[in-house]
Amino acid sequence: MFGYVSRRVLSAIPIALIAVTACFFILRLAPGGPFDGERALPPATLANLRAHYNLDLPLIQQYFLYVWRLLHGDFGPSMVYNDFTVAQMLWIGLPFTLMLGFSAFIIGTAVGLFAGALSAVNQNKWPDYVLVMLVMVGLVVPNFLMAAILQLVFGVYLNWFPAGGWQNGSLVHLILPVTVLVLPHAGRTARLMRGSMIEVLGTNYIRTAKAKGLGQRLILARHAIKPALLPVVSYLGPGLSYLLTGSLIVEQVFALPGIGKYFISAALNRDYGLVLGTTILYMFIILAVNLLVDILYAWLDPKVRYH
Amino acid sequence: MALLEVKNLKVDFDTTDGVVHAVRDLSYSLEKGGTLAIVGESGSGKTQGAFALLGLLPRNGTASGSVMFDGKEILNLPRRQMNKYRAERIGIIFQDPMTSLNPYLRISRQMTEVLEHHRGMSHSAALVESIRFLDAVRIPDAANRVHMYPHEFSGGMRQRVMIAMALLCQPELLIADEPTTALDVTVQAEIIDLLVDLQEDFGTAIILITHDLGIVAGTCEDTLVMFGGKVMEHRKTLDLFANPQHPYTQGLMAAIPRLDKKVDRLSTVSYEFMVGERQA
Amino acid sequence: MAGLTGKDAVLTEYAKKLETLDAPKGRSLTQDATRRMVRNKAAVVSIGVVLFIVLFAFLGPYFLPWTYDKIDWSGIRKPPNFEAGHFAGTDQNGRDMLARIMQGTQMSLIVAGVATLVSVIIGVVYGAIAGYFGGRVDAVMMRFVDIMYALPYILFVIILVVIFGRNPVLLFVGIGCLEWLTMARIVRGQTLSIKEREFVEAARASGASSWAIIFRHIVPNLTGPVVIYATLTIPEIILTESFLSYLGLGVQEPQTSLGTLISFGAPVAETLPWMLIGPAVVLVSLLLCLTYIGDGLRDALDPKDR
Repeated sequence: MFGYVSRRVLSAIPIALIAVTACFFILRLAPGGPFDGERALPPATLANLRAHYNLDLPLIQQYFLYVWRLLHGDFGPSMVYNDFTVAQMLWIGLPFTLMLGFSAFIIGTAVGLFAGALSAVNQNKWPDYVLVMLVMVGLVVPNFLMAAILQLVFGVYLNWFPAGGWQNGSLVHLILPVTVLVLPHAGRTARLMRGSMIEVLGTNYIRTAKAKGLGQRLILARHAIKPALLPVVSYLGPGLSYLLTGSLIVEQVFALPGIGKYFISAALNRDYGLVLGTTILYMFIILAVNLLVDILYAWLDPKVRYH
Repeated sequence: MALLEVKNLKVDFDTTDGVVHAVRDLSYSLEKGGTLAIVGESGSGKTQGAFALLGLLPRNGTASGSVMFDGKEILNLPRRQMNKYRAERIGIIFQDPMTSLNPYLRISRQMTEVLEHHRGMSHSAALVESIRFLDAVRIPDAANRVHMYPHEFSGGMRQRVMIAMALLCQPELLIADEPTTALDVTVQAEIIDLLVDLQEDFGTAIILITHDLGIVAGTCEDTLVMFGGKVMEHRKTLDLFANPQHPYTQGLMAAIPRLDKKVDRLSTVSYEFMVGERQA
Repeated sequence: MAGLTGKDAVLTEYAKKLETLDAPKGRSLTQDATRRMVRNKAAVVSIGVVLFIVLFAFLGPYFLPWTYDKIDWSGIRKPPNFEAGHFAGTDQNGRDMLARIMQGTQMSLIVAGVATLVSVIIGVVYGAIAGYFGGRVDAVMMRFVDIMYALPYILFVIILVVIFGRNPVLLFVGIGCLEWLTMARIVRGQTLSIKEREFVEAARASGASSWAIIFRHIVPNLTGPVVIYATLTIPEIILTESFLSYLGLGVQEPQTSLGTLISFGAPVAETLPWMLIGPAVVLVSLLLCLTYIGDGLRDALDPKDR
C-alpha cells in the first residue's frame, strides 16, 4: 500500500509540470496582451511595462523564470490589478471559493450516495421513482437557472434567506449558494450510485451472501457498499472539477467574494499572471483530490493494490 | 419422513416478452443423507427450481406449490425466517466460483461471517473452524491462505472454498448447482470426488444439478431428468442408465460421446417427442 | 410466446416452418433494441419533444411577424400580446421574445451538434487507435487522457474563449476538442474486447492493414456505445454553451442563445417574468428529453436491469 501511494505521488509531479507548461504556452500563444486597452498606450510606456513584467524576454526564458519563481511559491505580479501580486489576490479570494466548493462537495457526495443507495434498494418502488425524479431535476436545471429560481423564491418572495451578498459573513448567506452547487453534484453522484448499486445487487456474490442467510443490512453494509462505491469514487475527481466550475457562476450570481469574479475578468483582460496563477492552483487542488481518490480506490479494491 | 418433499413446484418469470414458465409441476423427495441428480440442458428449469427452494429467485421470479423441509413448509417464507434455513440447514454451491465469492473481501471474512451469524461464534473461534473446513476440502496451507482475496485463488480452489463455506454449519442438505461446469475437466473430477467424500463424512443429503450425465453415474442414487421445465423421467440412476424409458433421456444417452465406439457423426438430441406431446 | 422454456412450442412450430421453407430470420440485435426503445415511453415522448423543439427552432421563425433582431419601438418590455404578434412578450429593447427564443434554441442546437461531432471524431479515432495497438502506445495515450482529466476543464474553456472569443463556431470546435476524453475511454475499452473477436482475427489473417482493420472492422462495431455517449454529450455541451453565454463569453449580440437569454432574463425575472420563463422552459425540456433519450438508448442497447 505504501509503495502504491508513493508511486502515485511521484507520478503526479510530471503531470503537474506538463500541465503548468501547457497552460503557460497556450495562454502566451493566444493573440492579444494585457495592455491592449481601449486607448493605445504610448510606445515608450508600453515598452517600460513590458520590461517591468519581463514580457520583452524570449518566451522560453520567461517560461523558466516563471517555473523558477513558482517553485518558490511566487506566482508573479498581477498585470491588471497592479497593486497586488497574484499570490495576494489568490489569498484573498481562494479560501472562500474553496470553502464554498468543498462544503458543497462533502454535502453533495453524502446526499448523493445515500439517495442513490436508497433508490437502488427500493428499485421500481415509489421511493425510487420520487428520488429518480428529484435527481433528474438536479441534473437538468443548469446552476445559473437554479440560482435565479432559488433567489426569486426563497430570497425575494418568501424572504427566508438573503438573496446574495456576504456582508457580515454569517452562514445564512451560504445556504442558497451551497444548495445550488449541491443539487447537480448530488444528482450525478446519486445516479451513479443507483446504477452501480443495482448492478452489484444483481451479482453472483450478493446471491451467495443471501444464500448464507445474512440479514439485509449486513449484506448491504459488508458486501454491497464497497464495490458499489468504486465507480462513484472515480467520479469524485471530475465531480470536484465541475463543482469548482460551478462556483464561478454561483459567486457571480450571489455576489460572493471568491476567486471566480477576478478569474473571468482576468481572462478577458489577458492578465497572464492571474489566469495562470489561478489555473495552476486549481490544478494542484484537483490533482491532490485525484491522488486522494486513487488512494481511496486502492483501499476499496484489493486488485488495484497488488498491481 | 423425507428430509425434503417438493410438490407441484412452479416457477414463473415475468419478462418483457410475457410470462415464462421456467418450472412446471416439479415434484420429488429426498431422504436424509440421500443423493439426487437433476439433469437437464440449459433452460430446462433445473437451476431455478433449486433456487426457488431457498428463495433465491431473481426479482421477477415467483414460485408456487409446496416445499416441505424436515416437515415444515419453507417455500416463499418471509426473508427473516428463510434466513434461518439458509446456510444453517441448507447449503448451496453455485455454478461459477469466479464470481460467486465477493472479490472485495478476504476469504476469512466471507467464511467466518457464516459462523458468527448463525452460531454466534467469536471471530477467532470462527476463524479456527473455517481453517478446519478449508483443510477438509483439501486446500493446502489453509491457515495462511484463509487471509487471501478470491482473486489469488484458481477456479478449482475457489470452488473448494465455496464448498467449505456451504458446509460450515454442517447443513442437512447441500444443493450443488453445476459445481463443475466452469472448471477444467481434470479439476471437475477432483471436485466431484470431494463432494462424494464429504457426503459420506458429514452425512449431508445432496442435490446435484448438472447438464452432464457423465458425472451423475457414479455419484447419485437417483436421477431426475428435466426438459422445458417438466420432469421427463425420475428413477434410480442405475436403472436409468441401463434402460432409459423416455425418448428424451434416450436421446441424451445417445448424445454422450464415447471412447469405445467409432462413429462418423456425434449424435444430437431429437425433439420429435415434443410433437406427440403437444398434440396429446 | 417465446421465452426461456417455451422451447417446445417454438420448436414444433419452427420444425413445421422449416418443412415449408419459410423459416423466419432471427430477430437481429438492432430490431431487439428498437423494440425495447419503442416500449420505453419516456424515451419515445422525449424523441417527440426534441423533434418538436428542433422544428420550432428552425421552422418557427418563418411563421412569425417579427425577426429576432427587429426592434418594435411601440412594444418595449411588454408582456405577451397576441394582437401585436408578440406571443411571448418583448425584451427591454423591444425585440420579440418568441423570435429570440427560436433563434437562441437554433444557436444552442447548432453549437451542440458541431461540438459533439468534433468530440465523437477525435474520441473514436483516439480510442480505437489506443485500444487496437495496445501495449506501450495504449499506456502512453491513456496516461495523456488521465492528465487531461485531471486538469480543470472549464479553465481551459475560458482560455479558449480568450483565444477564439469573437468566433462562436471556432469556440465550440474548441469545446468539442475538450469533450472527447470520456468517449476515447469508452471506445478504447470496446476496442480492446472487439479486437479479440474472430472476424478481426480473420481480417488480420487475410493480410488487412492495421488501419483497414480499425476503420472497416472495429469502428463500425462501436456504433452502439458511441451513439449512446454522443447522445449524452449533447446536453453536456448545451449546458457548457449556456454557461459560457451566461458569463457573457459565448454567443455575441444581436445573435443569442438559450444561456444568453436566461442571463438577461434572470435579473429582471421579478418584473418581466416572461423574459426568463420562455427560454428556461425550452432549455430545461431540451436537456431533460435528451437525457431521457440517452438513458433509453443505453437501456435498449445494453439491457441491464437498471
